Amino acid sequence: MVQYIGTRLDASFAALSDATRRGVLEQLGRADASITDLAEKFRMTLTGMKKHVGVLEQAGLVTTEKVGRVRTCRLGLRRLEEEVMWIESYRQLWDARFDELDEVVEELKRKERVDGRRKK
Amino acid sequence: MDAGRNSQANPMKNRTSVERKSERELVVSRIINAPPRIVFEAWTKAELFQRWWVPKSFGLTLLSCELDVRVGGVYRLVFRHPDAPEPMAFHGRYLEVVPPSRLVWTNEEAGDNGQVTTVTFEERGDRTLLVMHDLYPSKEALDAGSGSTDGMDETFNQLDELLAGLSAERS
Repeated sequence: MVQYIGTRLDASFAALSDATRRGVLEQLGRADASITDLAEKFRMTLTGMKKHVGVLEQAGLVTTEKVGRVRTCRLGLRRLEEEVMWIESYRQLWDARFDELDEVVEELKRKERVDGRRKK
Repeated sequence: MDAGRNSQANPMKNRTSVERKSERELVVSRIINAPPRIVFEAWTKAELFQRWWVPKSFGLTLLSCELDVRVGGVYRLVFRHPDAPEPMAFHGRYLEVVPPSRLVWTNEEAGDNGQVTTVTFEERGDRTLLVMHDLYPSKEALDAGSGSTDGMDETFNQLDELLAGLSAERS
């Protein structure tokens, strides 16, 4: 059982390691969508999108259902959204830090330019 | 003599990416619009470091920041958060210091569960690709330490329970 959970979590984190797949989850968080919709949205071939959805499906993050010729995707386990949420909140912390770091390095660059001019 | 012309160039924000590379590793990366020597300086001088490490929007106040950036040297950051009765300290020691390309330090506030952080500064033209790699001693340490909150632990416990339930249903 523990092994199973571990494998399952590994699969979900592997699934989340790709930017397109994270985008797909974000998109499905807003509304269910067909593979065709998703392929269009992410400017990708149907085959490419099917592969991504397959990975998400195997990880249990997405479920799909075929009605007629349309395969509809929706978010899988609600709880797994929290993995995404956690990564996202961590990303936001670092994003905020880097925004401030940008300001610090801009200032250092300006200073270097001024000092450089002075030396000439 | 085109220094003036490009100085305002590209106010566009670079993207921060976070990946959980494995059950013990977290990787944060971003392009910074300055060469490695400048970015390295901002990571190693306390008066610069403390200006960005604690983002204003997170409600934390930095009480002190000491960085002794040399192999074996220690660092110590003390914060206050309005919700916490006592100030919190983050501390550890530098394992590797290679200006301007690499820094490695320990995180010792969580005892033996602390991660080892490796930051590399890679030159990309006149910019820097910054990669911060956290290696935890175990998966549990990462899950518990991520976000440094107990809430996270709870979330992962709920997740485990849910997955256990599902696997039972399916078998």
